[in-house]
Amino acid sequence: MPDFEQLWSPIRLTLELATITTIVLLVLGTPIAWWLARSKARWKEAVAAIVALPLVLPPTVLGFYLLIALGPNGPGGALASLYGARSLAFTFQGLVIGSVIYSLPFVVQPIRNAFAAFGDRPLEVAATLRASSWDAFWTVAVPLARPGFLTGAVLGFAHTVGEFGVVLMIGGNIPGETRVLSVAIYDYVETLQWTQAHILAGGMLAFSFVVILSVMLVEKRFGRVGK
Amino acid sequence: MRHEPAAIEATLAGTLGAFSLDVAFAAPARGITALFGPSGCGKTTVLRCMAGLTRLAGRLKVADEIWQDDATATFRKPHQRHVGYVFQEASLFPHLSVRGNLLYGALRAGDTGGPERLTFDDTVDLLGIGPLLDRAPDALSGGERQRVAVGRALLSRPRLLLMDEPLVALDRLTKEEILPYLEALHESLSIPIVYVSHDIGEVERLADTLVLMENGRVRAVGPLAELEADPALPLLRAPEAAVTLEGRVSTIDDRYALTSLAVPGATLLVPGRRGRVGSKWRLRIGASDVSLVRRPVEETTALNCIPARIVSVAPPDGDDAQVNLVVALGEDGSGARIVARVTRKSRETLALEPGVQLYAQIKSVALFASGR
Repeated sequence: MPDFEQLWSPIRLTLELATITTIVLLVLGTPIAWWLARSKARWKEAVAAIVALPLVLPPTVLGFYLLIALGPNGPGGALASLYGARSLAFTFQGLVIGSVIYSLPFVVQPIRNAFAAFGDRPLEVAATLRASSWDAFWTVAVPLARPGFLTGAVLGFAHTVGEFGVVLMIGGNIPGETRVLSVAIYDYVETLQWTQAHILAGGMLAFSFVVILSVMLVEKRFGRVGK
Repeated sequence: MRHEPAAIEATLAGTLGAFSLDVAFAAPARGITALFGPSGCGKTTVLRCMAGLTRLAGRLKVADEIWQDDATATFRKPHQRHVGYVFQEASLFPHLSVRGNLLYGALRAGDTGGPERLTFDDTVDLLGIGPLLDRAPDALSGGERQRVAVGRALLSRPRLLLMDEPLVALDRLTKEEILPYLEALHESLSIPIVYVSHDIGEVERLADTLVLMENGRVRAVGPLAELEADPALPLLRAPEAAVTLEGRVSTIDDRYALTSLAVPGATLLVPGRRGRVGSKWRLRIGASDVSLVRRPVEETTALNCIPARIVSVAPPDGDDAQVNLVVALGEDGSGARIVARVTRKSRETLALEPGVQLYAQIKSVALFASGR
């Protein structure tokens, strides 16, 4: 029988990483998406392209630059030295930063599309009904863009759970610290521990299905207005 | 249609793309002021500027508040103006129920110091939207949606209600269904309404004051009836030219079911028992429904044959088949002015010139609920 703790550790780590990353992505991605959807600045497409870069870059390329950035001589190292560490590479924090950058386009794009889809009118209506921009953002824009937020959150979460190349480059394979699910499965297969690989992979499959199904059901439920 | 002190003073100028706008007008504190003109003449832009949704240079005063004054760098943002805005499409919030939509502005309005004290229930009754409160906006018909949009704007306690062609997206039947609600609104509201339209039919039924626009300029401003009978303005030349008067029921003849309405300088008979003695109606007299006779005709089916005096002839010369004669009702020509459209041939045969006394036969009069 495989050791339970050995199996559970990468699962817990992955869920922690994906949850924290998704929250950071929503907080960070929403203002970016808003600006991209509503700004008339000419250089906004350049910003959009930078946000979208992880879509086209090989994860190893991204991981390589992140490794340098997070390492002792990069900005990540400077950040780490604030609390006495040498580097952010090969740490959980480093993984969060890497995951956020890697999954940013998957969150920003759907939210930006949702913000752009309803146009100016609902916000103009809100303004003529005495709502300040801040008020209208929360009471009109965010509820109208809800499907975009949901899609963005699911994609961001799923993409973080499934990432492999970036994690390997910047996190390595430290049990309990950076050894996430995908790396663990790879490890088990490499060492011919098929049972363990089966349990993790099958569990992933079932979990992903349940998450996507419940998100769709929740969306249907909350999408209704009135009786 | 009394003259009242101006409550709205607007001066706006600027360019939007290739379009240039330069308007100035004043509107009274009560009643409906229609911004009327062909599509693309800048009506909606003026309305958007009044709401602060679009910014052009100028000055805007509403009641005792300055909403924009470039001289003092004053510009209130839309949410800081006590304005209600009804868009062409109802634009209800799809994520809120009808009740949620109605309350959105109401909850944020606070006390605007405006004169309007319409409660939620009053508004719902006035617009007949009680049964819809718990429905979702996408479960409403176009007319219902527009009524909710009007209610939502009113409940934000505006000091000025702006309506941008609220009926333009609706079919004819739905329009007819909503107009009575707008007429009721006209009667019960004590705030000014600025109503954008390119449909003279709506204007005749609703407006008290007319701002006639053309290519981003104001062509004329004044009481509706005056502008309708002004030979210098294009309204008179329109195929459906008419004059809108206000009349008060003086007697009702029960035997023949005829109602007498007193208008300045005359009493008009209309078929049917219309309201009570003393009640007010808005009368529309089409230029094609008025014929002129030199002497009263003895035996005729026309009930209304009223002494009148020719004020002007438009066009005074030329070779058009028809001319429009502005005539003032009453022996001395001191009453209301109406328009008669006659052929140039008749005009020459009867020698119809300004100052001539004659009789106006009015074949039909359309009655609408009066705004006052």
